[in-house]
Amino acid sequence: MEEKLKQLHQEASEKVKQSTELKELNEVRVAYLGKKGPITEVLKGMGKLSAEERPKMGALANEVRDSIASAIESKQQALEAAAIEKKLEQETIDVTLPGLPVKVGTHHPLTSVIEEIEDLFISMGYKIEEGPEVEKDYYNFEALNLPKGHPARDMQDSFYITEDILLRTHTSPVQARTMERHGGKGPVKIICPGKVYRRDNDDATHSHQFMQIEGLVVDENIRMSDLKGTLNLFAKKLFGEEREIRLRPSFFPFTEPSVEMDISCKICGGKGCSVCKGTGWIEILGAGMVHPNVLEMAGFDSEKYTGFAFGMGPERIAMLKYGIDDIRHYYTNDYRFLTQFGRAEFN
Amino acid sequence: MFVSYKWLEDYVDLSDITPDELAEKITRSGIEVEGVEVPSKGIENVVIGHVLSCEKHPEADKLNICKVDVGEEEPVQIICGAANVGKGQKVAVAKVGAVLPGDFKIKKAKLRGEASNGMICSLQELGIEGKLVPKEFSEGIFNFPKDAIVGEDALQALALDDSILELGLTPNRADAMSMLGVAYEAGAILDRPVKLPDLEYKMHSDEASSLVTVEVEAEDQNPVYLAKVIRNIKIGPSPQWMQSRLIASGIRPHNNVVDITNYVLLEYGQPLHAFDLDKLKTNKILVRLAHEGEKIETLDDTVRELKSHHLVITNGEEPVAIAGVMGGANSEVTDSTTSVLIESAYFAPSAIRQASKDHGLRSEASSRFEKGVDPNRVKPAAERAAQLLTLYAQGEVLTGTAAHDKMDKSEKQISITLEKINRVLGMSLTAEEVLDLFRRLQIEAAANQGTIHVSAPTRRGDLLIEEDLIEEAARLYGYDHIPMTLPVHETNPGGLSPRQNKRRLIRQVLEGAGLMQAVTYSLTNDAEAKEFALDVRQPVKLLMPMSEERSNLRLSIVPQLLESVSYNLARQHDSIAYYESGSVFLNEQGSDLPREDEHLAGAITGLWQFHAWQGEKKPVDFYVLKGILDALWERLGISDRIRYEKGKEDQLHPGRTAAIFFNGEKIGFLGQVHPSKEKEMDLKETYVFEVKLEAIYNYQPDALAYKAIPRYPSITRDIALVVESSVLGGELERIIKDAGGTLLKSVKLFDLYEGDRLEEGMKSLAFSLVYMDPSRTLTDEEVVKAHDRVLQAVQEKASAKLRG
Repeated sequence: MEEKLKQLHQEASEKVKQSTELKELNEVRVAYLGKKGPITEVLKGMGKLSAEERPKMGALANEVRDSIASAIESKQQALEAAAIEKKLEQETIDVTLPGLPVKVGTHHPLTSVIEEIEDLFISMGYKIEEGPEVEKDYYNFEALNLPKGHPARDMQDSFYITEDILLRTHTSPVQARTMERHGGKGPVKIICPGKVYRRDNDDATHSHQFMQIEGLVVDENIRMSDLKGTLNLFAKKLFGEEREIRLRPSFFPFTEPSVEMDISCKICGGKGCSVCKGTGWIEILGAGMVHPNVLEMAGFDSEKYTGFAFGMGPERIAMLKYGIDDIRHYYTNDYRFLTQFGRAEFN
Repeated sequence: MFVSYKWLEDYVDLSDITPDELAEKITRSGIEVEGVEVPSKGIENVVIGHVLSCEKHPEADKLNICKVDVGEEEPVQIICGAANVGKGQKVAVAKVGAVLPGDFKIKKAKLRGEASNGMICSLQELGIEGKLVPKEFSEGIFNFPKDAIVGEDALQALALDDSILELGLTPNRADAMSMLGVAYEAGAILDRPVKLPDLEYKMHSDEASSLVTVEVEAEDQNPVYLAKVIRNIKIGPSPQWMQSRLIASGIRPHNNVVDITNYVLLEYGQPLHAFDLDKLKTNKILVRLAHEGEKIETLDDTVRELKSHHLVITNGEEPVAIAGVMGGANSEVTDSTTSVLIESAYFAPSAIRQASKDHGLRSEASSRFEKGVDPNRVKPAAERAAQLLTLYAQGEVLTGTAAHDKMDKSEKQISITLEKINRVLGMSLTAEEVLDLFRRLQIEAAANQGTIHVSAPTRRGDLLIEEDLIEEAARLYGYDHIPMTLPVHETNPGGLSPRQNKRRLIRQVLEGAGLMQAVTYSLTNDAEAKEFALDVRQPVKLLMPMSEERSNLRLSIVPQLLESVSYNLARQHDSIAYYESGSVFLNEQGSDLPREDEHLAGAITGLWQFHAWQGEKKPVDFYVLKGILDALWERLGISDRIRYEKGKEDQLHPGRTAAIFFNGEKIGFLGQVHPSKEKEMDLKETYVFEVKLEAIYNYQPDALAYKAIPRYPSITRDIALVVESSVLGGELERIIKDAGGTLLKSVKLFDLYEGDRLEEGMKSLAFSLVYMDPSRTLTDEEVVKAHDRVLQAVQEKASAKLRG
């Protein structure tokens, strides 16, 4: 009997091993472990055995049965896994094909530049101020120390609506209005972005409409060194830590002293190249200490208060940052242009 | 302003500083040097030659065979095509091996069988601009004076081996519109003295004032007028060095008299005018305002009509010049002139600016008068001219001047405390340092108990207030020495206003939804200014537009967006999705300024989704754009306050237009561009929207508050309702919501059917209704009750029947 069991065990194991499909395996199960199977037959014959042999054979029979069952079980798992594997294999896709396009819009590059500058100054405690694009002559010129008859305010250079109303030629009237609203009390600490207009024919470097962003700080004890420190922070943040700044004397009617700020050329690192015209420096913005006439006209005591102001063109900043060569690109909204600015920049 | 480095050396020692170094220093301390040009750059091996013989080429009418002595053992043969070449001339010869501008190399050549070993040059061929070449040489080769030395370097003789600094002058630095002004600047920067011209010369004992009288009626416009009289002059060319300096400064040489007045203008910044004294007839100068309609023929052979605010120089009878702008033809200096009256005067800037503008004449003279010349140089400039006329026109200068002089020539006194200088700059300069800076500027200054007293010279008309002194000291001291600090004051939090935050949120949402931000022009043409306007009124117009295309301020953003769409379509980009926010401008009765309303607009066309290889293609439609707007309302927290109604706009498809309401007020539209407009602009099916943002900006939604997540199940009931086609889905939805009561949590349309299986003129709308009570499980009866109310309401209010 023992011989028989061992033989059954071997036979069954062999068949399990050879099974390649679940159905076949099930047949093996039924054949060996079923109620009519040989092991049951063997167990039925147990009664003929002696009392000593019976438990021994019983144990052996159980052992054989369990072993076969477990072999079937593991084989079944293996076959099932293989079946799934096969099914999944058939479901294979080409992962290199394009995905479903998701439409994503982007900021206009000028908006990106303006928001970046706004955010930098907000972090230094500035507020954003806005004002009308159609402005009174008074705020656009007179309040900024450009009295009537001043050569810089020629009718030919501005778009007038009436004798006294025009499209603002800079965002400085927002400064004048804001200072006036403060009623002679500091601090004023603002950034003014917006559209401005000048009578220029549109070409690669001129546009009758463009953007400006200006800053103004007025308080007691505002020094020119504060202007320089602020501009230095700004230049490094916007153009990179390794950029140096320099101030050159200049002239604006609304500031005195007036300066222009250059940054060291990013392309050549200051050695001189075609971008910086060999000078190693690139002009970025105009700035200065607020002219006492401007302070006084806005109701500030110019003996007590001082201030600084600076202004720049986002078009130019974006041109320098991204190497854009034609100002008209900003206003034609060519998709081939706009989509180039979809990638975020992390500075 | 062009500054010759060699000329500047007359006044300031520049021996150890190169032109480029000087340019850099000038730029850093006050005046931007926009470029440094070396006129002789790229030119080699050009010498002075003597034309020994000149004969017609036997084979060519227009060519001449010249034998030219160039200072070598043998003369060279050169074929020259210039009509004005001739025997005995001293000319500029580019020898074989020479290089001319544009990398033009001179080689041995044969012209119609004759050898040509070099080239006789015109000034243009030596790189001088045609408009600066003296008239007699403008059509041919240049002739040196007879005494020019054969074989010498022609570039040196023409002073082309110079460096020209181009100064970009800001309006305040009119003082640098003269060589002396630049010399003071360079002297201050280099801390070197300035050597002024020596004004010594021999005078004739006759008094100018005995021969000529000067009278000024318009004293406000002309506080000082000096006349010098020079007799027995010989008109001829001015010396080569003077001509070279004029050319370097951008002025064309004419003759010695005119050149000398221009030379002094450049040197002193004082414009002069030379009258032919004999042609003046009356020996009298009367300066007055013109009579309205009075006429004068000016030097450019143009008859000009004068207005009563124009200042004129007259001979007491008729105008002989428009003061400071241009002389009259009737008193012009010509080759036959023998006596001249040299005018040196101060004309009021505003008078000259107006006259120069009225006549469309801007000259070296007017541009200086406009900014105000130095009253203390009126006389020295006149003397300098007289001196040069004795030297270079053999003139006989009469003693003194005939003059009218009521000019205040005193220096402006300005005081500032040292404390203020340092407070404004954020520095700690000492009084000695500040005084030293003014000493270098040759500006008189003294310190007294912490106050600096400055006497601003009249040559520096830009120094008027304390701040001007601060700038003057700081720029010379060097802005590099200003430390970098940050404002020290009470810190207020920075940040965006709620309106600015909303604007940025709108950008985020729309870009996230796939719209590209556009920026278009605010100025537009007559037709487009009125299209798509939410507030229909007359557009704001420019007084003097540059073109009709940009003559009106926009009332709507959509037209320009459509222009941009059309621009892209024409460049093979056919799926476009834009948004733009910005001002539109509304004429407002009784207000100074037009009203500026911020609008938000968008335009989409082409495919919204396109997954080519999967065959998924969704063209844009009304509901794509509506869905995006709904997402925007959701993010702005105003969904429940927005309502769409069937709308009507002139430029939109009559059946596909919605009016958008916010809090019951119409704020915008959404719809398809009218097919006829699409056709006109070559657009494909395009959907647009525009909304006013003001009310949305001003609205403050309730604070966000958490609502408990429901713990009890909801019950869903679907109904399909058959209604007349004209019944709006939104209307039906509202009826359901109103009738459903508090238990009805949501109503969603999930099917729309119009077709064969329904009666003509009917449609079926299927809604999914969700009932729920957050505090308990609903019973069937409760739902049935509410649902019956809904069914009853839709039947009563919209004649809706349940679809069988």
